[in-house]
Amino acid sequence: MKKAELMDYDKALELFEPVLGFEVHVELNTKTKMFCGCANEFGQGANTNTCPTCLGLPGGLPQVNAQAIESSIRLGLALGCEIAEYSRFARKNYFYPDTAKNFQTSQYDEPIAFNGQLTIELESGRLVTVDIERAHMEDDAGKLTHVGGATGRIQGADYSLVDYNRGGVPLVEIVTQMIEGGEADSPEIGRTYVAAIREIVKALGVSNARMEEGNVRCDANVSLRPRGSNILGTRTETKNVNSLRSVEKAVRYEIQRQAALLQAGGTITQETRHWHEDTGITSAGRPKSDADDYRYFPEPDLVPVAPSREWVEELRATLPEPPAARRKRLQADWGFADLEFQDVVNSDLMDAVEATIAAGASAQAARKWWTGEVARLANVAGVSADSLVQPDQVAALIELVVAGTLTDRLARQVLEGVINGEGTPLEVVEFRGLAVVSDDGALIVAIDEALAAQPDVLAKIRDGKVQAAGAVIGAVMKAMRGQADAARVRELVLERAGSADGSAE
Amino acid sequence: MTNVTKLTAAELSELLTDRSVSSVEVTRAHLDHIAAIDTDVHAFLHVARDAALATAARIDARRAAGDELGPLAGIPIAIKDVLATLDMPSTAGSKILEGWIPPYDATVVKRVRDAGLIPLGKTNMDEFAMGSSTEFSAYGPTHNPWDFDRIPGGSGGGSAAAVSSFQAPLALGSDTGGSIRQPAAVTGSVGVKPTYGGVSRYGSIALASSLDQVGPVTRTVLDAALLHDVIGGHDPLDSTSLTDSWPSMAAAARAGLADGALKGVRVGVIKELNGDGFQAGVSQRFTETLALLSAAGAEIVEVSAPNFEYAIAAYYLILPAEASSNLARFDSVRFGIRVNPDEGPLTSERVMAATRDAGFGPEVKRRIILGTYALSAGYYDAYYGSAQKVRTLIQRDFEAAFTKVDVLVSPSAPTTAFKFGEKMSDPMAMYLNDVTTIPANLAGVPGMSLPMGLAPEDGLPVGLQIMAPAKQDARLYQVGAAIEAMLEASWGHTLLSQAPELAPNDMFTSTEGAV
Repeated sequence: MKKAELMDYDKALELFEPVLGFEVHVELNTKTKMFCGCANEFGQGANTNTCPTCLGLPGGLPQVNAQAIESSIRLGLALGCEIAEYSRFARKNYFYPDTAKNFQTSQYDEPIAFNGQLTIELESGRLVTVDIERAHMEDDAGKLTHVGGATGRIQGADYSLVDYNRGGVPLVEIVTQMIEGGEADSPEIGRTYVAAIREIVKALGVSNARMEEGNVRCDANVSLRPRGSNILGTRTETKNVNSLRSVEKAVRYEIQRQAALLQAGGTITQETRHWHEDTGITSAGRPKSDADDYRYFPEPDLVPVAPSREWVEELRATLPEPPAARRKRLQADWGFADLEFQDVVNSDLMDAVEATIAAGASAQAARKWWTGEVARLANVAGVSADSLVQPDQVAALIELVVAGTLTDRLARQVLEGVINGEGTPLEVVEFRGLAVVSDDGALIVAIDEALAAQPDVLAKIRDGKVQAAGAVIGAVMKAMRGQADAARVRELVLERAGSADGSAE
Repeated sequence: MTNVTKLTAAELSELLTDRSVSSVEVTRAHLDHIAAIDTDVHAFLHVARDAALATAARIDARRAAGDELGPLAGIPIAIKDVLATLDMPSTAGSKILEGWIPPYDATVVKRVRDAGLIPLGKTNMDEFAMGSSTEFSAYGPTHNPWDFDRIPGGSGGGSAAAVSSFQAPLALGSDTGGSIRQPAAVTGSVGVKPTYGGVSRYGSIALASSLDQVGPVTRTVLDAALLHDVIGGHDPLDSTSLTDSWPSMAAAARAGLADGALKGVRVGVIKELNGDGFQAGVSQRFTETLALLSAAGAEIVEVSAPNFEYAIAAYYLILPAEASSNLARFDSVRFGIRVNPDEGPLTSERVMAATRDAGFGPEVKRRIILGTYALSAGYYDAYYGSAQKVRTLIQRDFEAAFTKVDVLVSPSAPTTAFKFGEKMSDPMAMYLNDVTTIPANLAGVPGMSLPMGLAPEDGLPVGLQIMAPAKQDARLYQVGAAIEAMLEASWGHTLLSQAPELAPNDMFTSTEGAV
């Protein structure tokens, strides 16, 4: 694909006003699929979680997953939506091999949730309220793998494999109204909005919310309106942008690309576009016109969903504290500076830090360990920090440091032991024999030996050149295999050097 | 020994229960009769001889061991090819599913097996149940046992012909706009379309989801009721399945056999479903039946259903719309035949198109095109939307009528069996044949067809349709059994006893080939 001309970002904003819209697909973490009893599991053997219904076999019929309805209602409520008293599924008809029935069972004019609002806070402190048009339920498609060909796309492939394990997995699609006035913040609005959705579904527990596994997928609509015009520009829809950073980059890229094209007298094609993580560009997908005809009609194999008002209120009572409010509360409780708190949030460690503090650690120590050594080890292992070690273990580790049983350096070794499965921090300390030597007697023996071995250093110390003590401290620490508190060793070295009467000579 | 193929299921049940006959004997007699005559009738697309005999032997062994068995255990049954069966091909009469053996049983098939019935094989039908004559079967038509030059009705002509030619005492059918009742009428058998949601559709290859209903095809009302009791009731796999608990249909049918069962029954005659366009002999037998009913103490009331006039138009929008979507899955990707285009690149889209072009017959294509058009943006409100409104009006017509009467009656079909080819070039003429049966599907109410005599002009069977309010299937069986007894008493015999005796494959040389 050829690289498009891009206009300088500031110039683009001078000439055009970006208008945004987002469709976020959230995969629900129900036990079974949306319309059948097959397991909703990631990473199983191809086509093992299938049945006549989700394979679209002749005679197969759908049954609605009650848990998916409940999750959808809770999500709708968390987005400030109204919940429909009467909601129906509809068939969206189109032929594609990943869609077993050759129609998607979705919702059309009668979604379960509609008219919501979500206020997000940008890094500058700017608050942006995103209007939610609707949140509707649907089933996911299977997964196609195109074999052969250069691009891994269906075009040019020798053949394609279909895995229907994902086919029929419950999705909620959250559709925003047009977002105007984003201006230069538009890319950040995209990232922050998707992050907020992700945070909400995670807090609700309705989705595993892992973008890298496709649990949350974003389609970003971008169009440009020339300054001074009130006519909307033609939009593009960049599909399946699957990381927060990519949402930001893709929006920015489309603004720059479309601006350059429009400025050169070109026109924007209404189309889907693919985001390329590696090259950081979008490329044309398939044309998408408003006249695309999916021949929607009410799904005759399903009865309407009519949640009672009592049930909706019961579910409303189960909603957790809104993530944004929770963030504000926790930052105040913990007394973190903005940057410190951002570091925790961006590393997705708020829950872990909170649990660690709850287990008795100080806020600063919890933050320091999670965003420091634990995050570093997780990065090396290529996993998320909170999957590496439990918060109560980190709290126990911190307690040992506070008690003086471990130095930071020793504690890092103990953490490795805990991660290796050697037991609790205390067990690792015992198993590896890593506790700080706090017995002055043992230290004094070692110090006296070191002073005796380095008489010139001893002389310097006695001459008042205290910095010379470093060499002796190093030797003592080495002799103690690191298991000594360096500050105490220094104190004792100075003490012994001062009190030494030369008997060592 | 009596010829067991001539016995009803209720009679066989007694003989099997007191062990004066074995299921293997009954099953073998039917299989032999199939072998003798079905080359000519062509009711079956697949006969499972070995499996049927093995199943029959198992049932006999269980009976010998003293197992508690249901009333229909050990009795053979024919299954319409629209129903998914684990051990037999299920093609819905279409080339596109040639040889396809599903990995599962339809719920009704599972219930039939669990009740100990013996599946004999799969019966012929119009492709995907689209048709009124079986002429649209991809595997050749079924012949009417009363006259091999005539259609057996459709889409379920195979099941009706199998039952009326004594190849099976019982059969399963499906009825979207009359596919159980019209074949029953033109073959002199009994067919019931239950209340929508009364019988599971899971595993029934869908034509139009909001209209389809599986039901019994038999020779007597009591047999239909016995089979209904086996297949009916809630199925969690079908979201449109009613959760109601149902009374015994067999008990209702037996209650209908009591003396005076018709006394005081208010019978509504639908003004719009008689007269113009109805064959003279059909109207004549209908009028005579009403007179007998009146004499038996029933109260005959004329009722009007003014919106029935629009039923066919609405039906032929709703059905193709739903069918166009239901049939989208036939794309060669997961099952069925695959046909590559003759030339050009092999893209998935082009392979799908070539497969559907080669796999679907002309009527299926016609209805997919109609339905795709009716659902298109800009046309939806005018076509599908309007048709749904008509449907509501027809439901109201039924509701209004049932405030005045207990059951509604009409001829089951406007004519007796027509000749092959007669309506093939004129789809509208074929569609109009369903004028009597379609309203029940649009409203979801139960309907039954039972024989009410032979038309004087052609000597062919005429059917009486009875309809009851939704969920009142039991009333249908009670009144149906009473009318059946009344008519047979007036004739002095059953209607099917007048059917020509079919000699082993000697009526003509079949051009269709053996199954």
